[in-house]
Amino acid sequence: MSDFYNVSAAPHIRSPISTKSIMQDVVIALIPASLFGIFNFGLRAVLVILSTVLACVITEYTYCKLMKKPITPGDYSDVVTGLLLALNLPVSIPIWMAVLGGVFAILIVKMLYGGLGQNFMNPALAARVFLFISFPARMSSFALERINSPGVKDFLRDGALVLDGVSGATPLGQLKAGEGVDLFKMFVGNIGGTIGETSALALLLGAAYLVYRKVISLRIPLSYIISFAVFALLFGGNGFDVNYLLGQILGGGLIIGAFYMATDYVTSPSTHKGQIVFGIFLGIMTGIFRIIGSGVEGVSYAIILGNLLVPMINMFTRPKTFGKERVKNG
Amino acid sequence: MARLTFMGGIHTFDGKDLSKDQPLVTLLPKGDLVFPLSQHIGAPAKPLVEKGDSVLVGQIIAESDGMISSNIISSVSGTVKAIEKRLTSEGKMIESIVIVNDHEYTIIEGYGADCDYTKMSKDEIRNKVKEAGIVGLGGAGFPTHVKLTPKDEGKIDYVIVNGAECEPYLTSDYRLMLEYPHLVIGGLKIILSLFDKAKGVIAIEDNKPDVIAKFKDLVANETNIEVKALKTKYPQGGERQLVYAVTKRRLNSKKLPADLGCIVNNVGTVASIYMAVAKSTPLTHRIVTVSGDAVANPQNFYVPIGTNFEEIVEAAGGFKTQPKKLIFGGPMMGTSMFTFKLPVTKTTSSILGFIKDEAAVEESACIRCGRCNEHCPLNLMPIGLQMAGIHNEYEKFLKMDGMECCGCGCCSYVCPANRSLTQTILQTKQVVLSKQQEHHELHELHKNHAENK
Repeated sequence: MSDFYNVSAAPHIRSPISTKSIMQDVVIALIPASLFGIFNFGLRAVLVILSTVLACVITEYTYCKLMKKPITPGDYSDVVTGLLLALNLPVSIPIWMAVLGGVFAILIVKMLYGGLGQNFMNPALAARVFLFISFPARMSSFALERINSPGVKDFLRDGALVLDGVSGATPLGQLKAGEGVDLFKMFVGNIGGTIGETSALALLLGAAYLVYRKVISLRIPLSYIISFAVFALLFGGNGFDVNYLLGQILGGGLIIGAFYMATDYVTSPSTHKGQIVFGIFLGIMTGIFRIIGSGVEGVSYAIILGNLLVPMINMFTRPKTFGKERVKNG
Repeated sequence: MARLTFMGGIHTFDGKDLSKDQPLVTLLPKGDLVFPLSQHIGAPAKPLVEKGDSVLVGQIIAESDGMISSNIISSVSGTVKAIEKRLTSEGKMIESIVIVNDHEYTIIEGYGADCDYTKMSKDEIRNKVKEAGIVGLGGAGFPTHVKLTPKDEGKIDYVIVNGAECEPYLTSDYRLMLEYPHLVIGGLKIILSLFDKAKGVIAIEDNKPDVIAKFKDLVANETNIEVKALKTKYPQGGERQLVYAVTKRRLNSKKLPADLGCIVNNVGTVASIYMAVAKSTPLTHRIVTVSGDAVANPQNFYVPIGTNFEEIVEAAGGFKTQPKKLIFGGPMMGTSMFTFKLPVTKTTSSILGFIKDEAAVEESACIRCGRCNEHCPLNLMPIGLQMAGIHNEYEKFLKMDGMECCGCGCCSYVCPANRSLTQTILQTKQVVLSKQQEHHELHELHKNHAENK
């Protein structure tokens, strides 16, 4: 028996939660939304998901290899980015565009700023906005009909066939035009939109899992959604109209944004107070973009804008050190 | 009943089941005994014996030197073999008295005599505690007689007995409270006799319901002693957390519990106060937990201080599997050592042997999840402090209250990226302290120089 044992400074035990387990939990939480997206939009959704995920993983691996850095894929954070990006794209997007989005997310937004933990914007969201600004028409064509029996050719084409299937306005468009919406359809997700954002049910299922696993807390999503609802109530011009308010909450990317994008650790405040401030800021900004502004991409822009304020929010909401509060003791 | 607690903290795998149900076993040492002169916070003790002297059980072999220091008492009878530097479980080489055991256990005169503390004056009681070499047995090792002599005696309104034992795997306090509760209650009564206005609180984590029930039963007729259940959460037994849980008063690193009217002592310390004052038995023994998944028969031993850990591990059946890591003290705040041929000191509460070294993992990038902030019992921002430490930004470290860190280890425990937060913060604290010291000395030097001109 050797007489030498490992020596290190305390503590000597570690919690079983690791970066990898957290990222895996996020992937698991996104499975219901992904499956519903595939069910709703057809098998082409699989192709979009695979292409963004692969683009992200391969970009990160190649970058690490070329820059002679430790190989970081393996912590699943790149898979999360890829999956989130795919869920934020319309099913009809040309594959090369989806791949470009993945490369942009990882290379420009994440790795060039120093890799995991250093990016100041959510990579998936930044890529969505990048694609939206670059290709607005392609990015806002939200197919409502499935292609039931696509041939290989249709699959690999840039989605022109699917584009033909577009019919009618999205629920948010309807709301903007002052029409009523089918709330049940919106809750289940049987509506147009990006691959993963339509089903509030599937997204909330995943979010419940994340809350149960303590990966996210409800501070950001709830303060975000509630403050947005209050904004819509005050400035929506419809007063207390349940159909309008719930339609606004379930429509567009609010649910996926509030639970999956705004809660991204790296780009959200880490203090409890700061998280609530952040949520309220996002709610107000989303309200301004959606209701007062043109109504497109409200959630994305609000979150990205919020991301930029995170360091400041963290600084101003630092809790008082225990025992150093100004409150009198006793 | 509402359980008392604090903000932050963590729930770990507690591992106490391994050793908690084995009754205490008294162990007699076979080999030489080693008594480091520094087993406490403060100045090292001054040896009173020389090589070749014979000593008795209970004899003071080194006396306290200065305001904050403590006597060292021999736990066996025999001959002084050497006074030399020996390695301790804290990883330091410390001047130590080595005694060859004659296995006779001849006691010094008066050892074990019954005393009626109600007839003693306060100073006599404090003096007996000082003579007995009692220090905080919870791990800090602060000399107890100093703690019992606060600046403003009349201000003390709480005497808290710390029975939290929040460190995972440790069960020595549990066994003591279960098997010898009257020592704890007796010790508390002695402390209470020093502070006229104080109320006694025995605070125990609720993972020990049997002990709580027992104590509640035993103090049922006491008017100024209360038993309080604490929520089981690490670091519930930390001084600042415990004082807050019991009294809602907030300590910081600059304040002693006595400044806020509290005297806090670990159950082991309180029991040894009873032994010293009422039974004239100085601090010669302590309870040591031997546990961890590598140990054959995890259990608690009542051992003479100075005994080699090798003998204790042997008594516990040795290691059934070769351990990768040995820890002295709890897994959250203890020290790991490369060997276990080390003496038991007043403050070593345990030896733990683990097959796996959970801490042997690579650090990865911070994902800013905020878990370290959330679990810090002192509301610090550990990752910010670590970055300040890494970049030698001492001003920033001070501004972010880095000096307040109590080193509980919660941040490192919860970090999903396995960052060495606690480690870097404590290290930076040391650097800042030595820089402040340096600065102070330089200042003094300049002053003296100017005066001498």
